[in-house]
Amino acid sequence: MDALYREAILDHYKYPRHKGHLDSPDITHFDHNPFCGDEITLELKIEDGVVTQAAFDGRGCAISQASASMMTEEIIGKSLEELKGWSKEDILELLGIEIGPVRLKCALLPLKALKAGVWGIEDADA
Amino acid sequence: MRSIEAIRADFPILQREINGAPLVYLDNAATSQKPLAVLRAMDDYYRLHNANVHRGVHTLSEEATALYEGARGRIARFINAPSSKQIIFTRNATEAVNLVAYSWGMATLKPGDEVLITQMEHHANVVPWQLITQRTGATLRYVPLDAQGTLRLDLLDTLLTERTKLFAFVAMSNVLGAINPTAELVARAHSVGALALVDGAQSVPHLPVDVQQLNCDFLVFSGHKMCGPTGSGVLYGRRDLLEAMPPFMGGGDMIREVRLEGSRWNTLPWKFEAGTPAIAEIIGLGAAVDYLADLGMDWVAQREHELVRAATERLSRVEGLRILGPGIEQRGGVVAFTLGEIHPHDIAAILDADGVAIRAGHHCAQPIHDFYGIPASARASFAFYNTFEEIDRLVLALDKVHAVLGM
Ligand SMILES: Cc1ncc(COP(=O)(O)O)c(C=O)c1O
Repeated sequence: MDALYREAILDHYKYPRHKGHLDSPDITHFDHNPFCGDEITLELKIEDGVVTQAAFDGRGCAISQASASMMTEEIIGKSLEELKGWSKEDILELLGIEIGPVRLKCALLPLKALKAGVWGIEDADA
Repeated sequence: MRSIEAIRADFPILQREINGAPLVYLDNAATSQKPLAVLRAMDDYYRLHNANVHRGVHTLSEEATALYEGARGRIARFINAPSSKQIIFTRNATEAVNLVAYSWGMATLKPGDEVLITQMEHHANVVPWQLITQRTGATLRYVPLDAQGTLRLDLLDTLLTERTKLFAFVAMSNVLGAINPTAELVARAHSVGALALVDGAQSVPHLPVDVQQLNCDFLVFSGHKMCGPTGSGVLYGRRDLLEAMPPFMGGGDMIREVRLEGSRWNTLPWKFEAGTPAIAEIIGLGAAVDYLADLGMDWVAQREHELVRAATERLSRVEGLRILGPGIEQRGGVVAFTLGEIHPHDIAAILDADGVAIRAGHHCAQPIHDFYGIPASARASFAFYNTFEEIDRLVLALDKVHAVLGM
């Protein structure tokens, strides 16, 4: 547990960054995890192929919400080209924890929303 | 009566430590733990008697058949079935519902017919009926819930009509803990000429169940929730119905005669048991019902009632905790709850760090969670071997959830 709920994760869960909505986002994508009920709406503003603003709204477990907060913080300023190559490892590195197969779905939901929202890719586990 | 310590000593797994703390196992509605008597019965079978059943004339095969069929007799007595021919072995309760849906349902249901289920069903008693009513053109209806998390029985008069061919309902909900008035609901179904299927997955392990007193047409349950092994399940059915129903699956054991132009079915119960069954598991289930019968199901029900009474009292004092389902008088040993806005997965993960095993999710009963407008809940579910100290450990661990995740 101490491994799963490390300080940084609790901090992002309790004080999420970029939580809310953008004025006229270029991309809005809702995704959810029906098994546990985590929900994420991801909003992005894109200029010249670069993410200039990002926000999320949602509800769910600490892992999914902290992952969304950390991811939005990280992707601002990055090019879509770079983000397209993001995988599960990049998210786990952000979270800095080992995660079992059940909770992995929670952790990867924001990435799944990003990939589906920007490129229409449905399987972000790869 | 034996002491709780002595009873706990029958269950080797209860000695385990999880994350450095003694295991507190409160996920009994998902599956129960297994006593030594069950483990030994299966071990003995494999060590001493292993052979296929109903086949050979050699000694081992006769021994295996006697053990397997002996279990059937014990299970028949456990639920007071008139005959062991009415005990059909399946893998689990889910397969037993599917057997009735595909065999009886496909042969019987027509457009205009109705199947009535309830909003508190486990998916095992929802999805087969969705599939079969879609295929047959029959209509599926639901008895909704009221604010207490009990069935809207006031609507039964309008929902049960001469169009209703089957009323399939759960005797005890695996989420709400609600114990339904089973015999009364069976009688209501019969009064319009409908059959009654009772999902006993939670009632048979925890309450005395007598099929003749309930007068139900079908009863399904799973061995693994009642101290038995996984892979062992039961369909009890009324004899004339089972005789008339076509086979569910075809293969060896379920036939009397196979010719290229067609086959003749075996008699009950084997007509519904195609292929080599889960022999060791059924023998294990026979040992499990002996174990429960020795404890006495009245005692089991009483003990679990005391545990759940203490648990609901203690839990209702935890800040932000909301219990789903009815009051203690209508509740079996299940307490599902929410804790403020904290997600049930987080609750279960933090409890696990203290060795407390509970379940988080929708517990295969999404329609109940839709009713409450929540995606998931946390659930503590009890067995007779749980203790009042374990309830203290649960409450302490929940305080920790507040400390870790509280805002
Ligand atoms: C009320 C109820 N019905 C049916 C089932 C299905 O049992 P199984 O998965 O063993 O088939 C369960 C198991 O959780 C249950 O609680």
